Amino acid sequence: MSNKGKLVALVVVSILLAAAFIFIDLGSNWDYALPRRLKKVYAIILTGATIAFATVVFQTITNNRILTPSIIGLDSLYLLIQTFLIFVFGSMSFAITNENINFIVSVILMVIFASFLYKILFRGNGENIYFLLLVGIIFGTFFRSISEFMQVLIDPNEFMVVQDRMFASFNNVKTDLLLISTVLVILVALYSLRLIKYLDVLSLGKDQAINLGVDYDYIVKRLLIVIAVLISISTALVGPITFLGLLVANVAYQFLNTYKHSILIIGSIFISIIALVGGQFIVERVFTFDTTLSVIVNFIGGVYFIYLLLKERKSW
Amino acid sequence: MKLIYLILAFIILSITSLFIGVQDISPLEIFQLSEEQLHVLMVSRFPRLMAIILAGIGMGIAGLIMQQLTRNKFVSPTTAGTEDSARFGILVSMMLFSGSGQLVRVLVAFFFALLGTFIFMRILEKVKFKDAIFIPLVGMMFGSIVGSITTFFAYKEDLIQNMSSWLQGNFSMMIQGRYELLYISIPLIIIAYLYANKFTIAGMGEEFAVNLGLNHKHITNVGLTIVALITSIVVLTVGMIPFLGLIIPNIVTMYRGDHLQKSLSHTALLGAVFLLACDILGRVIIYPYEIPIGMTVGVIGSGIFLYMIMRRKAYE
Repeated sequence: MSNKGKLVALVVVSILLAAAFIFIDLGSNWDYALPRRLKKVYAIILTGATIAFATVVFQTITNNRILTPSIIGLDSLYLLIQTFLIFVFGSMSFAITNENINFIVSVILMVIFASFLYKILFRGNGENIYFLLLVGIIFGTFFRSISEFMQVLIDPNEFMVVQDRMFASFNNVKTDLLLISTVLVILVALYSLRLIKYLDVLSLGKDQAINLGVDYDYIVKRLLIVIAVLISISTALVGPITFLGLLVANVAYQFLNTYKHSILIIGSIFISIIALVGGQFIVERVFTFDTTLSVIVNFIGGVYFIYLLLKERKSW
Repeated sequence: MKLIYLILAFIILSITSLFIGVQDISPLEIFQLSEEQLHVLMVSRFPRLMAIILAGIGMGIAGLIMQQLTRNKFVSPTTAGTEDSARFGILVSMMLFSGSGQLVRVLVAFFFALLGTFIFMRILEKVKFKDAIFIPLVGMMFGSIVGSITTFFAYKEDLIQNMSSWLQGNFSMMIQGRYELLYISIPLIIIAYLYANKFTIAGMGEEFAVNLGLNHKHITNVGLTIVALITSIVVLTVGMIPFLGLIIPNIVTMYRGDHLQKSLSHTALLGAVFLLACDILGRVIIYPYEIPIGMTVGVIGSGIFLYMIMRRKAYE
């Protein structure tokens, strides 16, 4: 099957799954259930697409297929913000119950953190990008130490609220938040459109890219900021799904077997949608909410990652 | 730095540690203690001191051995997934053998820690790109994946707050009857001393070591077994103490070089001194409450680690 055929197949499967998710067992109260399900599917498509895009771009920049953008500490920072708010103000406070404020505060703090990180690290020229990631991941441990401390002190009932935030959830996503994030994502996507064409060249590696006339530092810095903004939006919207990107990007590479980013990005976006809609379907209808989707996705993504590292013949 | 200064600091800090706390005990009245004071000293203060010293020495040496065997200054139980694997093992023992004693838990945790470390070593063999920064990055990524697998099961069993509370490094629970397991690390430390020269040679690379007539595989296995056992004992009794095994050996190497036998005593002592200092700090800051050691070391340790990688970059 050609890549075009594969893409069409992915689109068809996504649409079928989404339709199945929306229409199966709709029941007689469809005027109540339908808008809620539509909203849920929309939230899934938005975050799935965002994460898939960010991860593929990130892996191209880092020239590595085993890294995921969430590891630069954004997930831990999000958890720290939520734990801190609940610890200081309580779970019934304005900062937690008012989703809009919470969302905006989280996104702004995460973007500030990411730009601060980039700023220190890009002072000189020709920085090692792995160095940036290691610093980010250390910050992650730092944030986690503080939030674990607060989590231990929190009353168990309040902790249930923290625990809810620890895992991504597509239930009860607020409509206004969806609107804000859609606008933000579209703005960022429009901005990154002019950078996407460089990705094929960037995947050849830094030296080659510079040799071919790409302004490497300029492009990479901007792409990194795009990634940080996208991941912040999706994390603040539904919560952290650290290893989703890793999973879908690698499935996309294997399934599509091309270096062309125009195809890879679209493919991984639809694979991501299939994984999330299918996963949510299974969680709701098969496990009947016994577990959360992000826990399963992280579990599968993690196991797949170890498999990739150990079983694949090629080295990384 | 002379060994004598370290010994001096060690003695002073140990005495300080014995006499800090809510129950007022002054060093001046050491010979005329009331029965209650004596009880506090024997049941709580002394066990705590021993626990800190043993954990500090153990983690310092575990880190040193790992750095030597992997020939990378940034590999330690925290950055190679050993701690996370031990934590996973503890969860498994909580789920499968819920009524069992400490010894069974240590064995299960040890098994998982060993498994995790060996998987990490396998990954290292696969990694073609042996950049000093990239390897700890992969290790921490591996660690967080093991962490997400742990979360998957902990979430199902509703053990998440439970896990985070008693796996966060904390010495305030170290009373008589709860810390004795740490004594197992003494023979391990002795074995580490006996093998010191062999670890040094193994650190020169497999080909070189085999050339010198060393059974490289055997030495590596001994080293990793010591590391995994010490780590799982410390994680089980005290909890996670991030970065301890990473920064101590690095500081010592800065002034003692790579000869293991020469730096082993320094590493052991510095580990104990550093941990004692952090513990005293955590007990004093919000007296009469205290900050758990996992957080103090997590915050200070990530700061030092960041400084170290920044400093390293300045030399490039």
